[in-house]
Amino acid sequence: MEDLIGEPLDRVDGPLKVSGRAPYAYEQKLPAAVYGVMAMSSIAKGRITSIDTRGAERVPGVLWVMTHLNAPRLAGEDVNKPDNQNRVIQTLQDGEIHYSNQPIAVAVAETLVAAEEAAFLIKVRYASAKPSVSLQSSMPSLYTPAQAHNNNPAITNRGNAQTGLNAGTARVQNEYYTPFETHNPMEPHATIAVWNGPESLILYDSTQGVFSDRDRVASLLGLKPENVLVISPYLGGGFGSKGPVWSHVVLAAMAARHVKRPVKLAVERPQMFGAVGVRSSTHQTIAAAASADGALTALRNDTISHTSTFDQFVESASLPTRMLYACPNNSTSQKLVRSDIGTPSFMRAPGEATGVNALEIALDELAYELKMDPIALRLKNYAEKDPETNLPWSSKSLRECYRMGADKFGWEKRPKEPRSVRDGNMLAGWGMATAEYPTRRSASTAKAIMHADGKLEVDAGTQDLGTGTYTVMTQVAAQTMGLPVSRVRFRLGDTRYPNTPVSGGSQTAASTGSAVQFATSALREKLAGMAIADKQSPLSGATMGDIAFENGRIFIKSSPSRGETLQALLARHQLPSVETTATSQPGLEKKAFSMYAFGAQFAEVRVDADLGEVHVSRMLGVFAAGRILNAKTARSQLIGGMVWGASMALFEQNLYDERLGRIVNNNLAEYHVPANLDIPHIEALWVDEVDHRVNPLGVKGIGEIGITGAAAAIANAIFHATGKRVRDLPITPDKLIV
Amino acid sequence: MRPFSYTRPDSVDAAVHAYAENSPEVRYIGGGTNLIDLMKMGVERPAHLIDINRLPLTGIEEHEGGLRIGALVRNTECASHELVRTRYPILSQAILAGASGQLRNMATMGGNLLQSTRCYYFYDPSYRECNMRAPGSGCSAKLGVNRIHAILGASEACIATNPSDMSVALAVLNAKINVRGPKGDRVIPILEFHRLPGATPHITTNLHPGELITSIDLPPMDFGTRSCYLKVRDRRSYAFALVSVAAILSMDTGGPMREARLALGGVALKPWRAQRSEQALAGKKASAEIFQHAADLAVEGAKPYKDNAFKVELARRAVLRALTTVSA
Repeated sequence: MEDLIGEPLDRVDGPLKVSGRAPYAYEQKLPAAVYGVMAMSSIAKGRITSIDTRGAERVPGVLWVMTHLNAPRLAGEDVNKPDNQNRVIQTLQDGEIHYSNQPIAVAVAETLVAAEEAAFLIKVRYASAKPSVSLQSSMPSLYTPAQAHNNNPAITNRGNAQTGLNAGTARVQNEYYTPFETHNPMEPHATIAVWNGPESLILYDSTQGVFSDRDRVASLLGLKPENVLVISPYLGGGFGSKGPVWSHVVLAAMAARHVKRPVKLAVERPQMFGAVGVRSSTHQTIAAAASADGALTALRNDTISHTSTFDQFVESASLPTRMLYACPNNSTSQKLVRSDIGTPSFMRAPGEATGVNALEIALDELAYELKMDPIALRLKNYAEKDPETNLPWSSKSLRECYRMGADKFGWEKRPKEPRSVRDGNMLAGWGMATAEYPTRRSASTAKAIMHADGKLEVDAGTQDLGTGTYTVMTQVAAQTMGLPVSRVRFRLGDTRYPNTPVSGGSQTAASTGSAVQFATSALREKLAGMAIADKQSPLSGATMGDIAFENGRIFIKSSPSRGETLQALLARHQLPSVETTATSQPGLEKKAFSMYAFGAQFAEVRVDADLGEVHVSRMLGVFAAGRILNAKTARSQLIGGMVWGASMALFEQNLYDERLGRIVNNNLAEYHVPANLDIPHIEALWVDEVDHRVNPLGVKGIGEIGITGAAAAIANAIFHATGKRVRDLPITPDKLIV
Repeated sequence: MRPFSYTRPDSVDAAVHAYAENSPEVRYIGGGTNLIDLMKMGVERPAHLIDINRLPLTGIEEHEGGLRIGALVRNTECASHELVRTRYPILSQAILAGASGQLRNMATMGGNLLQSTRCYYFYDPSYRECNMRAPGSGCSAKLGVNRIHAILGASEACIATNPSDMSVALAVLNAKINVRGPKGDRVIPILEFHRLPGATPHITTNLHPGELITSIDLPPMDFGTRSCYLKVRDRRSYAFALVSVAAILSMDTGGPMREARLALGGVALKPWRAQRSEQALAGKKASAEIFQHAADLAVEGAKPYKDNAFKVELARRAVLRALTTVSA
């Protein structure tokens, strides 16, 4: 039987999705449900002095208007504090305003239209204070957090960066800026809260972590976790924003409890901008120096990002500078300023997307200083082990990525001089950058059930963000049990299934994939054991190692006719099903190895020489990310990341009115993401990489690496085309015509 | 959204009558691509909607040597119409440069003329200051985020722009807007249709209350196809113009320009005819120098704000590019 793992299997949930029959959180049919609509603050700092809900309450069909004046006290308000796992949320416990677009009320009505109208009619007066959202105005609050992202230190030093900088014959030192960005999954955040009595809650929630959602909501509401059920069968994207629990989830539960009806609450598109996490802007000062042969003598990255006034999140852009290149003298720092904004949060490749961008533009600049090919410079400084931890890589195939990428892209044909290819009004240019993303996993559990009809069911709480979890887990289970995928059903998105981690940090395939493999393997052994011990079985007395599973049959390898079907085995034992549960958890690999996926990004752009419009005409990414579970969904994920990289390079930014502290472009007409015409043919390829150190399945995760380096490759291509270096994203026409 | 009543009359007179009956909290609705947005945002809160989609205002026909385009003709239909594409290709180009396929399939020609500005502070009533939305409240954009705002024809009261691409092409085609109102029919030349903000930015057109656009007339044009609509934008589709240029030149290859028509979009609250540039070009032979001069004249008097200074240079370059393209 050929290996199903890696096959470009169509999404098993595809037919449901394209026919509109996959019920997303907000679409769950609950006849008694009513609608909640949030009203948001229109100031960024201050407090509510009066809130008049009379007009709202007069709207026909309105059941309740919840404000800070009548909202129930939150039993778990004492845990609504900064910690490493969760966000501090705003649940109408007071009239203080910490950021614009903060929830200040929820109108609940029989219809969505009535709830919308009621929310609109709430009249609020504020005592407003002058907000600070810019780096400059927020600088007095500058501080160094205890840690950067993922328990990394905030400040690192090895060797002596200053000595190294002085020693280099070529040197670049510049400020790089990435803007605030807002996640815009196609499906905005949405929750339906249903109370089953005073102490028992069901949440249909669009979440990246059903268990973390359950536990956090339970602690905030003072419930036992086992009395909260979270169901999340489908997501229309998450990108990090649906990792933490945000205010609307708890507000929906509070409202539902009061009106004694299920409450449906969706975060409307304009409300997405600020209330449910943003990517913080980063201000990165990077210095790099090298000797004449290109060997790096020093690398520095000093990053400042923003957090809110009431919570802490570190956009850890300095991390890639620590590990990506061999360099004896390295110094990085990660600082924060406090601003009057909703707390920044995880956005696809947090820290890496922003940090790789600036570092890889700086390396490109250094290559030009050295008159050296950008790939040659990177190969010259290729890190054979992790320079920060001194640990060996679990595997690293970056050299192969550069080689294959350069070959496929035709890199050697690239003229060295910038602004040297012109076609009419258009300047053409090529650029490249390195990609990297850490490999992570967490403990995860799955349950495998063989039913009497010979069909395998595997359950795990996990989530499918639209990435293909349903499909790849089906493949892993089918392959392990020797069944066609048509006889395997994988269920997820439900806290009644075994415990799994949040789908973040590109860890679902590694963590839950390994758990599915363990559980299915264990079930296989259990079934084999039953047959071996069964005198009536053709396999009676066989040894475990001689037994094979294929196409629903269990048989002796050396004598395939000696066997029986799984149905026959279960029928004889009069069992409706046989099941096993197994947990996979990280071992000692993290202590022994440094684990990353790597890649090489290439871009070709055409820039209008006079008008500054940039057209990306080609993108190629070559990645080394361990085992690929499904060639089709993997390609989609990698391409999706690269598209977002193009978006980061050219389009996305929250535009703040700094006087008001408000994001003025909080809609998809003015917050630009790419349209079809903006995205060229994209190729995402990967090199074969076998890595059994990272986890039993050997996967490194591909959810995030695609965005890393993609924006830098485009920025570098724009420099190559125009001779103009733009260090602040996005690169809009106005920045190229000056 | 505020609850509203809805009627769908069958004749223009009935529609105009229904408007008068329900005035002032009443709006005509055609494609709804802008009005529904504004109603969702709470910028528009009509109590009555008069759906004009059943009115006999469809079709594109020959008219006095030119074309008459019904107000209810959808943008897509107009842009793809054989007579428009062959005689007035600049109108097709301009329409196709705007919005998205889905929006163009719904948006009507009459409605497109009435598109609201995309000024952030207008579009969201939670901003207190906007003289266009709430007369006398102030203008947030002047000191706020104004990258997409006007550089020409703005006032102390308002610096918004008109976002329509179609209207910029109509401006160089000298289109005439036919309207019917309670007092009968009249014709408004395109250049008199939209208003600059002055002290009354809340009045954006010279339509009288209750007047309904019935059709758009394109006069005959002997310019041939020496025209172009150039739109500079932040992304390649579904983005409003940073600046756009509609240019028509009447000339034979190598000969002098008998007449030039030039209009800019994205720079003012109305399609901005660059008449001084046109005068400078008329009678001259095409050359880089004269185009440069025309481009300079086109942005003469431009007044940029905090974030949109680039538009002055961009508009100049866009004019130069458009003229160079058309004359080639």
